[in-house]
Amino acid sequence: MSDLTKLKIAEARDALRKGDLTSVELTQACLSAIDAADALNAFVHKTPEIALDQARAADARRGADAPALNGIPLGIKDLFCTKGVPSQAASGILKGFRPEYESTVSANLFADGAVMLGKLNMDEFAMGSSNETSVYGDAVNPWKIDDRMLTPGGSSGGSAAAVAADLCLGATGTDTGGSIRQPAAFTGITGIKPTYGRCSRWGIVAFASSLDQAGPMTKDVRDAAIMLQSMCSHDVKDSTSAALPVPDFEAALTGDIKGKTIGIPKEYRMDGMPQEIEKLWADGTAMLKDAGAKIVDISLPHTKYALPAYYVIAPAEASSNLARYDGVRFGHRAKLAQGDGITEMYEKTRAEGFGPEVQRRVMVGTYVLSAGFYDAYYNRARRVRALIKRDFDLAFEAGVDAILTPATPSSAFGLGEMAEADPIQMYLNDVFTVTVNLAGLPGIAVPAGLGANGLPLGLQLIGRPWEEGDLLNIAYSLERAAGFVAKPSKWW
Amino acid sequence: MSIDIETARRVAKLARIKVEKDRLPGLAQEFSAILGFIEQLNEVDVDGIEPMTSVEPMRLFRRDDVVTDGDQQAAVLKNAPDAREGFFAVPKVVE
Repeated sequence: MSDLTKLKIAEARDALRKGDLTSVELTQACLSAIDAADALNAFVHKTPEIALDQARAADARRGADAPALNGIPLGIKDLFCTKGVPSQAASGILKGFRPEYESTVSANLFADGAVMLGKLNMDEFAMGSSNETSVYGDAVNPWKIDDRMLTPGGSSGGSAAAVAADLCLGATGTDTGGSIRQPAAFTGITGIKPTYGRCSRWGIVAFASSLDQAGPMTKDVRDAAIMLQSMCSHDVKDSTSAALPVPDFEAALTGDIKGKTIGIPKEYRMDGMPQEIEKLWADGTAMLKDAGAKIVDISLPHTKYALPAYYVIAPAEASSNLARYDGVRFGHRAKLAQGDGITEMYEKTRAEGFGPEVQRRVMVGTYVLSAGFYDAYYNRARRVRALIKRDFDLAFEAGVDAILTPATPSSAFGLGEMAEADPIQMYLNDVFTVTVNLAGLPGIAVPAGLGANGLPLGLQLIGRPWEEGDLLNIAYSLERAAGFVAKPSKWW
Repeated sequence: MSIDIETARRVAKLARIKVEKDRLPGLAQEFSAILGFIEQLNEVDVDGIEPMTSVEPMRLFRRDDVVTDGDQQAAVLKNAPDAREGFFAVPKVVE
């Protein structure tokens, strides 16, 4: 049975429970697929021994009362600390780092019986939208339409490529400005960023602490609900983790959205937006209307200020978070010359260990937080952030249940094509997703069609805070109406 | 706003990242472009708006002020580039 890796989480779960399949068989199929897919550069640390141990343990406890993800093989983004396994946030500065502890999210998945196949490629410290800033080299999109290698998006590019190419049944991602939703859209898969505080950030290498959230990247909405359920928890080790019960997300998937109000924000209709993105959005709107939702035009007037506010707040928080990489406690330390003191050690270590984009963001963050600029840049950005959040609050108060937007301004672009562009061109990839992080809301990307060039395109739904169940259900309805089933043809 | 080479050098120093002299002009140019993009925020009327400090209005969790963890010297030092006699070792700091 060579198609085992094509199973969705829900299908595999049911087959495992019935005894039609063992986790060891499923895990071995994934490990073989991974070994045959080095051209995608998605898995950067493979953990076959751990995977098979976990699979055997899962098979030993299988039965009706087995945990939710018992025996399901997953990939874990390299940003998550996994005990004893390299966890280096795709950075040279964490080369050789093997955490002595397990992130809360990955621990939750393993407690529910999940199997870890290995660690997944990403942009360095999750800073990037194309997986081209990784110390491991580019991850490659399994979708291919000509001679070019395409980006799987970023920063969770390895996660997106691995799920789209059926190397694993699902993967963890993290999303600070769109890093789950943009790569999901570029590879024709589903990805949800939950409300800020749903998933514990403990043990996830920090980029921008007020924006970072973990979430699942899966083959469909049901799988996203199942995996998200396991990832969420209240955790005393993260002071911003929400002390709220986690509802049954899968049970929320009724497909009935009659009477729901869907907002269409006029500010997301950007100048120069490709015709096919506009059409996809209109088609998605019509699908939700046909399913019984009420469609209303809404205004989110501060949308255009979201990216500039993000590019103050995220680098500011990053410059502070990344101060810990000093060559003392973990990771890389530069070789020092005779007479070098501790300052030279810091400066050389950080120059050698951080790639150019990370250095750029740390320095921009340092600048906007420096004496004399803190109010002009950082505090102003935080005030604008409050206004961006208020735009959403007002829409929800007016009765909107969810907001429909495009997920990305284009389909996947070629690796290397943005090399000469200035950094801001790359930042524009997140124009539709970054508002959601600033406002702390849940957002999901759902594949909705193919562009004229044959590449997948996604739509984004944005939900009310803590209403992931409702959001997933609306996404489920959209998924069923869109009927997206295309898969990349195997070339790797 | 245009960032000059001296400012770029100062920021690199504050960030503790060694930047070779010949890279400073390029870096200053990149900073200028990014800050130019950020300047759009000056168009927004933020009078009377409090800076956002928490994403969801919630009281940060407080726990009892007691020891919950510890005695893990070996685990803490395990990943250190240079650990000696139970300490992190660094170049001489005090003359």
